[in-house]
Order: sequence, then C-alpha cells, then structure tokens
Amino acid sequence: MMGSLAVIWAIGRKDLLLEIRNKDVVVAVAGFALLVLVIFTFAIDLNQGNAELVGPGVLWAGIAFAGVTGLNRAFALEVEGSTLEALMLAPISRDLIYLGKALGNFLFIAVAQIIVIPVFAVLFNLVVFRWEMLAISLLTTIGFSAVGTLFAGMSVRVRAREVMLPLLFLPVVTPLLMAAVESTSHMVYGRSWSDMAQWLQLAVAFDVAFLVVSAFIFQHILED
Amino acid sequence: MPAVVSQATQLAVKADAVVKNFGETAVLRGLDLELPTGEVTVLLGSNGAGKSTFLRILAMLTQIDSGSVSMHGVDITENGPSVRALTGSVLHAPMLYADMTVRENLLFFAEMYRLQNVEDLIAGTIQRVGIEPRLDHRVRTLSHGFQKRVALARALMHDPQMLLLDEPESGLDSESVAQLDSIIADYKSAGRTVVMTTHIVEHALEIADRAVVLNNGTVGLNSTKPSSDKAEILAAYSSKANDQ
Repeated sequence: MMGSLAVIWAIGRKDLLLEIRNKDVVVAVAGFALLVLVIFTFAIDLNQGNAELVGPGVLWAGIAFAGVTGLNRAFALEVEGSTLEALMLAPISRDLIYLGKALGNFLFIAVAQIIVIPVFAVLFNLVVFRWEMLAISLLTTIGFSAVGTLFAGMSVRVRAREVMLPLLFLPVVTPLLMAAVESTSHMVYGRSWSDMAQWLQLAVAFDVAFLVVSAFIFQHILED
Repeated sequence: MPAVVSQATQLAVKADAVVKNFGETAVLRGLDLELPTGEVTVLLGSNGAGKSTFLRILAMLTQIDSGSVSMHGVDITENGPSVRALTGSVLHAPMLYADMTVRENLLFFAEMYRLQNVEDLIAGTIQRVGIEPRLDHRVRTLSHGFQKRVALARALMHDPQMLLLDEPESGLDSESVAQLDSIIADYKSAGRTVVMTTHIVEHALEIADRAVVLNNGTVGLNSTKPSSDKAEILAAYSSKANDQ
C-alpha cells in the first residue's frame, strides 16, 4: 500500500516539477479561465443580483473549458517524449500510472483555481473565501481530474485530440458541473451546508465512481 | 518485488504461434521462437519484418492477438508487473523527461522500479555507461548519443534478467558502440540474456550467440553459430530486404 502511494506521489511530483519548469499547464488553464471571467464582466451588467445569479455558472464554465486545455497538454508531454511508454515498462500496475497522472492534473487545476477564484471574487464582488467554497472546489477538481485524465489518455494518440477531449470530457462532467454551480449558488446566497448537501453528495458520488471506473478502464487503453 | 525467475528455467523466452495484427496489417503470423537463458540473440529482418513488434511484446508494451509468450517459464500476459521487472529496455526513442536532469530522470525511474540504495545504484550505473560528467545536465541539452546512454542507464539500473535493445547503436559514435558491446558482454558473462535488433548486421553477428532472421512475421532462419553462418545469414537477410 505504502509502495503504491509512493509511486502515485512520485508521478504527481514529477509532473509538478516539470510544470514548475515549463509553466505550460497552469498558465494555460488560469489564463483561459481569467479571460472568460473578464469577458463576462463586460458582457453582463454586474449588479449584486446579476452577480449572484450568473457568477457561479460563469466561474465553473470558465474553469471547465480552461481545464480541457490543460488536460490535453499534460498528456501530450508524455507522448511527445515517449515517456508514457517508459512508465509502462516499469513493474507497476497501470492504475497507479492513472492515479499519478490524475494527481498531477488535480494539482495543476487546483493551482489555477487559487489564481482564478480570488479574481472572480473581485470582479463579481462576491464573498467566496469560505469553507463551503473550499469543499466545492476540492470535490469538483477531483472529479475533473478523474474524468479528464482518463479521456486525455484515450484521446492522446488521436490526431484530432484537441477536438476529441472536450467532446468526451464536457458531456460526462455535466452532472459535476451542475453540482458545483448549484452549491456555489447556495453559498453566494448565504445558505447553509444542509441546503447544498444534496449537490455535495452528488459530487462525492461522481468522484468516487469515476476514480474507480477510470482507474480500471485506463489499464486497457494504454495497450497497442 | 516478486521474484518470478526460476534458475532451473533454461528458456528465457518461449513464443508459441504468436500473432499480432495492426488493423488490416499482419505483422507477426504465428511466430514460434525459443531463446535460451544467457545468450545474446540478434533479430534481423527487413523493415516491417516484425523485429521491433516482437521486442515490444517482450517489453509488454504491445499485446498479442493470439498465441502465448513466456519469460523464464512465466506467461507474460498474466503476470504483468512482476514480469516487467525482469526486463530492461532501450527502444527507438530515449523515453526520458527532457526538462529533467539525468539524475532526476534516474531517481524518478528508480522510484518506479521501487529500488533501494538508489544513490549507490545510480553512481554505479552512470559509471558503467560513461555519463558521470553529465549527471546534472538536463536531458534536453544532451546529444542523441548521450541520451541513448542515459536510456541504457535507466534500463540497467534495476539489474534486469533480460536486456531488450532496439537498434541500440543508432546515433552512437564508435566509442559508445564499443562501450555498448562491453556491457552486452558483461551481461552475457553474468548469465543474463540480451535480445536486440539491428541493421548493422556484420557487427551484430560478431557479438551474438544466435541470429534469427524474421521474414513476414515468422522465423525464416535461426542460427546458433552466427559468426560461422555469416554468409547464409547475410544471404537470407538480403533476400528478405530485396523482397520488400
């Protein structure tokens, strides 16, 4: 068990090290999401009522679309250098490779959100620095990483992968996006944990289901 | 790491009726091959004969469509991770993280192979392949030849029972080729197995114990005296190449 966790952490840490050196993924995700937020602040009359109404949707749509860009890049780097095959040569099960890559993607999207959410709070004049937001963000990022890593792995050898990944990813994460938007709405309206409980439960169920299923499927998509 | 090698098992590789297709293209068409432990085997054949595909099957990067392959008596399709620990592979691409240093790459792969005493292992391995001065250089800054040496270090680090080399001499200068020959000789003298492909046939026949010429995905010729059968092997190799 500890050995498996060490392998997962080593893959995630390696991705983080490469990202610190290249800044490919976080800059792309944060930049794209910030652009979406800024465009909407111009497009919508952001009085308090409108901000509470549309803000959560804009935030999570921006992060979801931007996340696709980052997910594509994270796997493309492994294929360009054939390093994915080097991982496959190692005496570790393929699900550990999946979980390690998912951890890396989780870290990238989380770091991007640390940049994006404060900017969102300022632009939309909403109070988001609350424990509820941390829980929503954590659960949504786990789900994005779980599904995104699987589909990025599936589409990485496809010629039109930039098109393929969003086509696969966005429909599948729709329930998770709904949960994120609805719970964020409850939060900005100042409602209690119990009001958003059903949406958080949906997010937890989504994360658990997709982590387990994706780890299983990933073993089969790597083979020639 | 589970030890699956039985010293009593004499066959390093046993392939029975192996079939591999890529879409409509049949690459291996019922290949049968037995390779004893402790031999250096060179796989020869024209482009598309199935050499690299067979090596990738042994490295467990490619799945077979039918037939069976075992290493040291263990079926590779049913014992994935533990069988992969038996092999060290250097394939066409160096398969290294270009923006990490040589040391960082080796440390990372040591973690993937769950090795102990990593610093000592790395020190010994880099000396063996002659890359000590480049240890803290990023892989991106190294020549192709040095990247190949780092790939070789990664393949040797866990002291595998079998070394799989796909055209290892490509991009190497004569000094590096001599060093590679020395590593192969050391491996053989330690009772380990080497399976390699090459297009530099005459040189390979001098260092190999066995030469296998693949033709259309099957074994066309299997010689256990490659240096004395050189003329026959070269003729078989040339005729296959001309058939293309």
